[in-house]
Amino acid sequence: MGSLILSTTARFLMPLLLLFSIFLLLRGHNKPGGGFVGGLVAATAFSLYAVAYDTNAARRVMRVDPHTMIGTGLLVAIASGALSLIAGQPFMTGQWGSFHIRGFGELYLGTPLVFDIGVYLVVLGVALLDVFSLAEEKS
Amino acid sequence: MRVLLVLPILIPLSTAAVSLVFWRRRSVQRWMGMAGTSGLLAASVWLFEAVRREGIQATQVGNWSAPFGITFVADLFSAIMVVLTGLMGLAVAVYSLGSVDRRRESFGYYPLLQILLMGVCGAFLTGDLFNLYVWFEVMLISSFVLLALGGERGQLEGAIKYVTLNLLSSAVFLAAVGLLYGLAGTLNMADLAIKLRAVEQTGLVTTLAMMFLITFGVKAAVFPLFFWLPASYHTPPFAVSAIFAGLLTKVGVYALIRVFTLLFVVDVGYTHTLILVIAGLTMITGVLGAVAQNEFRRVLSFQVISSVGFMVMGLALFTPLALAGSVFYMLQDIVVKTNLFLVSGVAHRLCGTSELKEQGGLYATYPAFALLFLIPALSLAGIPPLSGFFAKLALVQAGLGAQSYMIVFIALTVSLLTLLSMTKIWNEAFWKPQPSDSSRAEMPTAIRAVTASGRMATGTLIVPIVILAALTVCIGLAAGFFFDLATVAAEQLLDPTAYIRAVEGGMTR
Repeated sequence: MGSLILSTTARFLMPLLLLFSIFLLLRGHNKPGGGFVGGLVAATAFSLYAVAYDTNAARRVMRVDPHTMIGTGLLVAIASGALSLIAGQPFMTGQWGSFHIRGFGELYLGTPLVFDIGVYLVVLGVALLDVFSLAEEKS
Repeated sequence: MRVLLVLPILIPLSTAAVSLVFWRRRSVQRWMGMAGTSGLLAASVWLFEAVRREGIQATQVGNWSAPFGITFVADLFSAIMVVLTGLMGLAVAVYSLGSVDRRRESFGYYPLLQILLMGVCGAFLTGDLFNLYVWFEVMLISSFVLLALGGERGQLEGAIKYVTLNLLSSAVFLAAVGLLYGLAGTLNMADLAIKLRAVEQTGLVTTLAMMFLITFGVKAAVFPLFFWLPASYHTPPFAVSAIFAGLLTKVGVYALIRVFTLLFVVDVGYTHTLILVIAGLTMITGVLGAVAQNEFRRVLSFQVISSVGFMVMGLALFTPLALAGSVFYMLQDIVVKTNLFLVSGVAHRLCGTSELKEQGGLYATYPAFALLFLIPALSLAGIPPLSGFFAKLALVQAGLGAQSYMIVFIALTVSLLTLLSMTKIWNEAFWKPQPSDSSRAEMPTAIRAVTASGRMATGTLIVPIVILAALTVCIGLAAGFFFDLATVAAEQLLDPTAYIRAVEGGMTR
């Protein structure tokens, strides 16, 4: 909305906020954090951009429609739960595997992370859908 | 068989998710709606077969053992209800293709319908009280949106009453769940069934039973708590009110039957007598309301309430025959009620109005359609070869067996009055000649609307009605088979040991 300070800081803050949201998402695996807060922080990044410029610009930066993002997030979450069905275990049973990466060590990964990524996408999509629809409401 | 129990939830959820991905492609959403409900029906029939052959099925989500994790259980009663959910979902999805307008479709009508079906299936399948609360919320939130979608004046007025009362009932539900957890230390229904029988303070258990009676009573629309239903069911699109009338109140009745057979059977003399009184009053007020109304869907809305009275009556009598009667009544009533609301939509389209006074002449112009109305209408009134007759017969027999002559008398009177209210619709909308003054201007536009939308659209309206009417006749003709099913379901309800054993498969003690 024409504030030079806001639009400049928004440009700098956005990548930081997005990085921080991914940090929260990954940290949630074993410590406080997770897909929900991560998604919210990511949503603030885009909301800040929408406030500094306008919602059309924010939508352009996002590249993906919020609805598509919600749908994709749901599908990712469903897939993470359904994987255990293929393994013959009850729905949503955690599946784990460890990978060895040279120079890094053992990496222990499981479906809860995939589920969290799904949550991240859904929360991001829902929050932005709300923000955009409110901002675009004709008064 | 673990997959089967979660499929009725996963299929609608995945369908809704894919529809969201294709948000701007309405045609994809329409096809996904059809595909999703067909898949749900197929999965539910599969589940039903498994339960019928191998007995009660259970799975522990996330592999957390029973009293701690969330259990999904399907006994025969749940399985029957899930099949009907799939069937009604498919019928309404087809009907929606030709009746829901473009604006509603582009605001996510089809994904919402899927989420609603997911909530209903979840409520039928869960074996955990808190999880049941969550499914009720899923169902309610999607129904709020479906009810208000479109934003017409009448719709919003109905939606406010619906939302307020249902939120209140959810609050009571949550409080009751909290108190119950404090009392018993578990919310797994099978585990509760064991623990509540051992609780010494029966007074507390009865208090909690009353709280659950209130919350599920609101959802089921029983006597003093029903007024949100006739205030809202006549406002949304016809497809939406059909699925609401067919399924939502039945979820409330299902929950009542589940908790008052499995959990709160400590003081049957008190709780079930109270339920019997409520059942009688619900039947009477429902049918009196129906007789007094002059709008097609308002008459039907009050009939929904009256039917709930019959279903609850079987629970209150609490004999094997009475419960079988309740299950059978629910089974056939879901088909009949959905169908009647679908018929009312076609009548609205043909006459351009839903006011019975302004409708007319449908028998003269569309005799075959008139027959399609008569089948569910007469079944609702309980005329012999049709399904409603056998349901009422079983309940009346059970009433006589339990020597509750008062409720039998009420049930028979209410059936007569039901016939009266159905005759009223028949006389006004079908038999009487087209009123000349009001609709001469509207009638041609209505007919043009039908022809303009093409044969395809009319087909999507008529085919579900024909299939559901045929089903009503089939349930009536094969009443023996369906009643045997209901009897087995009732036996499972009355003797919870098999249910508890199925859940305990993964329970650690």
